[in-house]
Amino acid sequence: MVEPHTAVPVDPAARAGYLAPPPRMGFFTDTSLCIGCKACEVACKEWNLVPGSGLDLLGMSYDNTGALTANSWRHVAFVEQPRPVGWQTTAPLAGLPTGPPAAPTTAGVGGAVAPEQGTLPGVVPASDAAPAARMADGAAFPGTPGTPPSGSGDRGRRAELRWLMMSDVCKHCTEAACLDVCPTGALFRTEFGTVVVQEDICNGCGYCIPACPYGVIDQRRGDGRAWKCTLCYDRIRVGRTPACAQACPTESIQYGELDDLRRRARARVERLHADGVTEARLYGHDPNDGVGGDGAFFLLLDEPEVYGLPPDPVVTTRDLPRMWRRAAVAALAMAVATVTAFLGRAR
Amino acid sequence: MLPGEPAGERFRRLGDRLDHPNGGGRRRGVRRDGGPYPGRVGDAPAPVPPATFASYYGRPILKAPVWRYDIPAYLFCGGLAAGSALLAAGADLTGHDALRRATRIVGLGALGAGTYFLINDLGRPARFHHMLRVAKPTSPMSVGTWILACFGPSAGVAAVTELAPLLPRHGVSGLLGRLVPRVGRAAGLVSAAVAPAVATYTGVLLADTAVPSWHDAYPGLPTLFAGGALVAGAGAALVTTPTGQAGPARRLAVAGAVLERLAARRISRMGLTAEPYRRGHAGRLLRAGRLLLAAGTAGALLGRRSRAVSVLSGAALLASSALVRFGVFAAGVASARDPRYTVLPQRERLARRRAEAGPPRDGAARPTP
Repeated sequence: MVEPHTAVPVDPAARAGYLAPPPRMGFFTDTSLCIGCKACEVACKEWNLVPGSGLDLLGMSYDNTGALTANSWRHVAFVEQPRPVGWQTTAPLAGLPTGPPAAPTTAGVGGAVAPEQGTLPGVVPASDAAPAARMADGAAFPGTPGTPPSGSGDRGRRAELRWLMMSDVCKHCTEAACLDVCPTGALFRTEFGTVVVQEDICNGCGYCIPACPYGVIDQRRGDGRAWKCTLCYDRIRVGRTPACAQACPTESIQYGELDDLRRRARARVERLHADGVTEARLYGHDPNDGVGGDGAFFLLLDEPEVYGLPPDPVVTTRDLPRMWRRAAVAALAMAVATVTAFLGRAR
Repeated sequence: MLPGEPAGERFRRLGDRLDHPNGGGRRRGVRRDGGPYPGRVGDAPAPVPPATFASYYGRPILKAPVWRYDIPAYLFCGGLAAGSALLAAGADLTGHDALRRATRIVGLGALGAGTYFLINDLGRPARFHHMLRVAKPTSPMSVGTWILACFGPSAGVAAVTELAPLLPRHGVSGLLGRLVPRVGRAAGLVSAAVAPAVATYTGVLLADTAVPSWHDAYPGLPTLFAGGALVAGAGAALVTTPTGQAGPARRLAVAGAVLERLAARRISRMGLTAEPYRRGHAGRLLRAGRLLLAAGTAGALLGRRSRAVSVLSGAALLASSALVRFGVFAAGVASARDPRYTVLPQRERLARRRAEAGPPRDGAARPTP
């Protein structure tokens, strides 16, 4: 349940009771290589027989999937930003009489679309257009290198556009909240350290859905059960590569032993930094983060929240012992109150 | 485009409106140039300094609970059953027969309704028994299942023994009739021993999620629900019991109200994630609950001679308890649907940690521009 977060990376499979488990497997999704082809989304649906989510046009750039849901276990995020990427110094579209970049406005509009995709809660509309506009307005977000501070940019000229594309997936956390809170044992830890829902056990209680700090797991409407990425448990058990990584044409999605992937990711970030892409950073690679490190981690080119990822996720069960103590105190208070109420029994 | 207007001017204005949606609204506490974060909630000062954040098309990062209104209804029913079980046991030991009878029967009814709500909310109700496959201390829902598995049968037996007076007075059934009250007392005591757990585990159940307004409220939620359970149990007793025997229920209502208000105060002070408890639908439900709690408690104390006032104040207490559960539920859902409550506290935490730790160790972390 809740171990202290140590500096030594834990093997979740060994902790779950597997004797001599195979190496922990995972994904390294390098978004600097993603071309947004969505082959991963299609391959995942094909292999895992995930239902279609309808033909929707969300107005979120080329993203018509919207979010990870019970019916989309890979989700390619598209972010358009009027900003040069890394080494680009010239403005290819500068001087054209087309007005300011449309990205912030269209992003605000796109976030308001609420398609019905057959899942709960599914793709939920934005409650406020401003954060969407800020995501797409590359210059407005503080901390991004190479851009003027917010509001000081010349909005009358067309800036360059950069496209962030990122194939999101279940993170297969070391400390998985969905797994911790599942009351039926439907969610379990595999020998590869991944987290999988057993569809014949899940009774659709829905507890895993708000427990996930990344908003990954979701309920299928009509079916009633919770569904998410299995890291192709059936394929990796027989030594095959998961469908999405197999289909990825640019090796943006890399599958392998987690230790190996972490080494590769570090080398890649150093290479990108050396090439001048100073905004490259890893996300979910650190075994000391709030979820003990992700089995599926990422190389990002902007802040995590721009891609719809939480900047500092924490597994909720880390506070569970403290919660139970509070409950015990409250229960005691109830008992004391009752006894006191009956002590003055004269009336 | 109007003549003389620079190219793109109207489009720029549209962009500004999108950047500052509150800019034109002139809502209370919102500066015209104040950006998207209002900075003030009602008349209270800003819980955190105004901050901006980015998100993926403004869509929520978290998935909000898919639980329907069955769950807050269950929270109310479970609390009512627990409060009633405590009152019933106390009444049994102190000889308040009418109070005991009423609270046992109310408790059984609440338990039945609560069980229905719990099963009805499942995506696969026919698989409800899968909850009994495992006992997991890391899952408050699993712990709750086993708490209910102890509470339900004992509270049920205690309620059924109230039928003993219907048995014939002679023969075997007469003998049984004399044994039954003892069985009822034992079962009632067992249910009362488990009742505080029934009322408070639900606070942990909600807090043990990534939902910002629930998780951050973990120090207060169990106490809030404990107080609400006492209020509901006492309210039901005031409705169903003659004034002569309702004294303990009146005192318990006051104790429950104090517990509930203490916890609510604590929750309201937790910063940005307390905001959903004051705003919108959740805020309205919780304000109504607070008013009814005050009215019901006052009525319970002042109207001890009047049956009508007792019934009215009991109903107010019951309604207050229900409204608070629905309000807490709605606040959590609202906080999960707005990425602000996910991103801003996490950003703050990161900034604090970075300030403490100094620059990142390896190049893998976020570079400094």
